[in-house]
Amino acid sequence: MSGEPSFTLDDQPVPFQDGQTIMEAARVAGVYIPHLCFNPDFAPHGSCRVCLVKVNGRPQAACTTPAVAGQVVQSEIEELQEIRRGILEMMFVEGNHICPACEKSGACQLQAVAYYVGMLAPRFTYFYPQRTLDASHPDAVIDFNRCILCELCVRASRDIDGKNVFAVQNRGLKAHLVINTPSGKLGATTFSITDKAAQVCPTGAILIKNRGYETPIGRRLYDRQPVNVVGDVAQVPESEGGRRHE
Amino acid sequence: MAESSTLAQTIHDIVQRHNSVPTRLLQILREVQDSLTWLSPEAIERVADEIGLSPDKVQRVAEFYSFLYTAPRGSYDILFSDNITDRMLGNRRLLRYLCDLLGVGIGQTRADNRVSIGVTSCTGLCDQGPAALVNGYALPRLDKPRLDRIAELINSQTPLSEWPQDFFEVTSNIRRADILLGRHFADGAALRAVLKRGSQAILEELIKSGLRGQGGAGYKLALKWISCHDAPGEVKYVVCNADEGEPGTFKDRVLMQEYADLVFEGMTLCGRVIGARQGFVYLRGEYRYLLDSLKATLQRRREIGLLGQSILGESGFDFDIDIHLGAGAYVCGEESALIESLEGKHGVPRIRPPFPTTHGYLNKPTVVNNVETFAVTAKIATEGGAWFASRGTAESKGTKLLSVSGDCERPGIYEYPFGVTVRRVLEDCGARDAQGIQMAGPAGHTISPKQYDRRICFDDLATGGSFMVFAKHRDILDGMRNFAHFFVHESCGFCTPCRVGTSLMRDLVDKVHTGHGARADLDEMRRLGRIMKAASHCGLGQTAPNSVLDSLDQFPEAWERRLRSTSYEPAFDLDAALSEARRLSGRDDPGAHLPDEQSDLVRLAKLLADQDAPMSDDERNLLGALP
Ligand SMILES: Cc1cc2nc3c(=O)[nH]c(=O)nc-3n(C[C@H](O)[C@H](O)[C@H](O)COP(=O)(O)O)c2cc1C
Ligand code: SF4
Ligand code: SF4
Repeated sequence: MSGEPSFTLDDQPVPFQDGQTIMEAARVAGVYIPHLCFNPDFAPHGSCRVCLVKVNGRPQAACTTPAVAGQVVQSEIEELQEIRRGILEMMFVEGNHICPACEKSGACQLQAVAYYVGMLAPRFTYFYPQRTLDASHPDAVIDFNRCILCELCVRASRDIDGKNVFAVQNRGLKAHLVINTPSGKLGATTFSITDKAAQVCPTGAILIKNRGYETPIGRRLYDRQPVNVVGDVAQVPESEGGRRHE
Repeated sequence: MAESSTLAQTIHDIVQRHNSVPTRLLQILREVQDSLTWLSPEAIERVADEIGLSPDKVQRVAEFYSFLYTAPRGSYDILFSDNITDRMLGNRRLLRYLCDLLGVGIGQTRADNRVSIGVTSCTGLCDQGPAALVNGYALPRLDKPRLDRIAELINSQTPLSEWPQDFFEVTSNIRRADILLGRHFADGAALRAVLKRGSQAILEELIKSGLRGQGGAGYKLALKWISCHDAPGEVKYVVCNADEGEPGTFKDRVLMQEYADLVFEGMTLCGRVIGARQGFVYLRGEYRYLLDSLKATLQRRREIGLLGQSILGESGFDFDIDIHLGAGAYVCGEESALIESLEGKHGVPRIRPPFPTTHGYLNKPTVVNNVETFAVTAKIATEGGAWFASRGTAESKGTKLLSVSGDCERPGIYEYPFGVTVRRVLEDCGARDAQGIQMAGPAGHTISPKQYDRRICFDDLATGGSFMVFAKHRDILDGMRNFAHFFVHESCGFCTPCRVGTSLMRDLVDKVHTGHGARADLDEMRRLGRIMKAASHCGLGQTAPNSVLDSLDQFPEAWERRLRSTSYEPAFDLDAALSEARRLSGRDDPGAHLPDEQSDLVRLAKLLADQDAPMSDDERNLLGALP
């Protein structure tokens, strides 16, 4: 035996190192697998399920499945794209995503992944939940209508910023994001827009104030090129229309 | 302030009793709630402070479990079991009856904070329903006279300890016994066997026996124990899964009630074989009435040298067992969610791999097995693997306990060799006119008469033991609707396909059930089911659509009968959308409604379809006019 171990992803060999997941190995090899709750700076979470692939014929999340030599992984097949479209539809009907009215439209990873897998309008029935918007913070707004519960802000604030500003409470469809203060207001926390937690949201749920519509619609991050070319909004610098703070 | 200082003192004492250990958090919150009736923000803050956890972590646990309350509840808290078998026995009528008697609405607390009434998922009393819980204690065999008495006891503020004892008497109803339930077992026999013959010899017997996990998934038992034995690490754990949350299952309750020694013996045997010193029983909250007797059994075993230090005088054979109570979360039956819950956290299933055998409780190697599985291991240790393997089929050795309920003359526990046909079970339990069976619970298989010759075993119909019979006069869709609502209530909410999918499925089932569905809705159920099965993070979401998908195949006419003739019906209800305008204008006369919705026929159909809907007098008259 020689060289690095590898598996195949849609018939292409992908090398990997021991302990890597399918997602990490694919990312290092420059192969895109659609995802939302995955971010290479954090331990895998596995909640959004958008990165569903078939591993030796069995559906598995690429972000949590360890790479094994000789595995046959399929990703860009219609059967999986259909399931991914369904999952994206679920995210859109669960919250209130009025894209034309959203400051992040065009620079939103949720929207970009939806386009990538071919989801243009949900078929499922909208839930129209009653959720709020919190503008109590001087520099940031959080619009709970657009939260998909990826928990990236939760993880970032707790594990990197050491502030534990966000949490998820309750269960089932009642599960929702909260701010960890008695008032539940972002303005009552030490949250700052230079926090890691301010740079990771894949949707328009967390917005920086006084920056509205700097880039006109039509010329935004994912307007020019699709998400498989541009990558995650969290990895692209703010100056280029992403969320990464410089 | 006297009140807040007693609160602080109560909480302090409880937390101290649990040595301020974070893994005891769920147990602590249960006890705090027992004292204070609910978990107020101050109580949560105090608990967090006393244990040294951040308040959001404590809040997370308090909000996750359905038996923990973050809003005030009555000092008598009554929860009606709402499994389909309870419904068959008329629980909804009784629920409304008690609400009327006590003057409290469903899901509400009376203004004087004396009593609250709600519903809960299956309480595992399907063979003696309709059932309820009062402050967590099981009340089987409810009927109107008993509810009259209960209402009096509540109004006179009689403590539960003074209620008639027969109200709480849970019977075992063992109808058929085979090698597990039938043969006498001498306490300590399995432990003597392992001391005499050595762990290796016992493992070989277990391999020979072919025993597979009895919780439903059927993982080979010997492989699990060997893998945990071989896992690196000094500290290991044994966990008995007594969560028994699958609606229609109650065999683990009977084992814990009648055969607890056998179960504890199997756990202790496992401890010896894998090298663990600590075991846990994760007992579902609904079975808290068993807690005292189980603790007494553990104490007796310690006193006779079958538990504790130097078991049977063998130095170095140390093993003890602790019991943790759950608090109303079906997902905590999933082994990794169960471990999270044992650690005192909310029960979201972990990413697997790694599996519990290498990274379980506190990340240490852990064996998790079902109650029945542990009981069987103790028997195999004494009687031998070949003896066990002489029963059953090639792929499924030995016997299986079935929990039989629903429309039959003799509901209860039946032990059969694996391979028994559905037909045989139906004959034995006296189900003469069964139009279908829900096998292995809502997550299992929906069986129609043409499948009654199928066999109960891992190679055909795998089951954890739930067997619910639907007679001819039942509407199969009532069951499907009940199951769809169950999964909405029990989804943990972690992953998208299950969190959102279970609610979408419920809405589709409700739509068809109430006569508003079209053919496109049935196709949509299939599409949704495919997504949930393939993409969900854990077994709950992966199996949640099973009953709907099976019944679409097995009972297509039950669904099609309810369809409107069109191929598409909007989910949007125009008349309902007008309710806001009606409220604002203070009108509710027929002219303020769309005429179609007001026709008697449509309302009648709705009433018949929706047993839960509160009924007005006018509607009662409408129903009364039926022949
Ligand atoms: C949602 C869900 C609920 C479960 N509930 C139970 C349960 O109540 N009791 C049980 O023994 N196994 C339950 N299981 C299976 C456990 O995860 C695990 O496979 C089992 O406890 C292993 O024991 P066994 O091999 O002895 O069957 C459940 C699984 C899932 C996905
Ligand atoms: S606010 Fe954004 S980052 Fe945070 S959980 Fe919601 S979608 Fe994810
Ligand atoms: S499938 Fe997902 S949401 Fe459902 S119980 Fe499992 S982890 Fe929770």
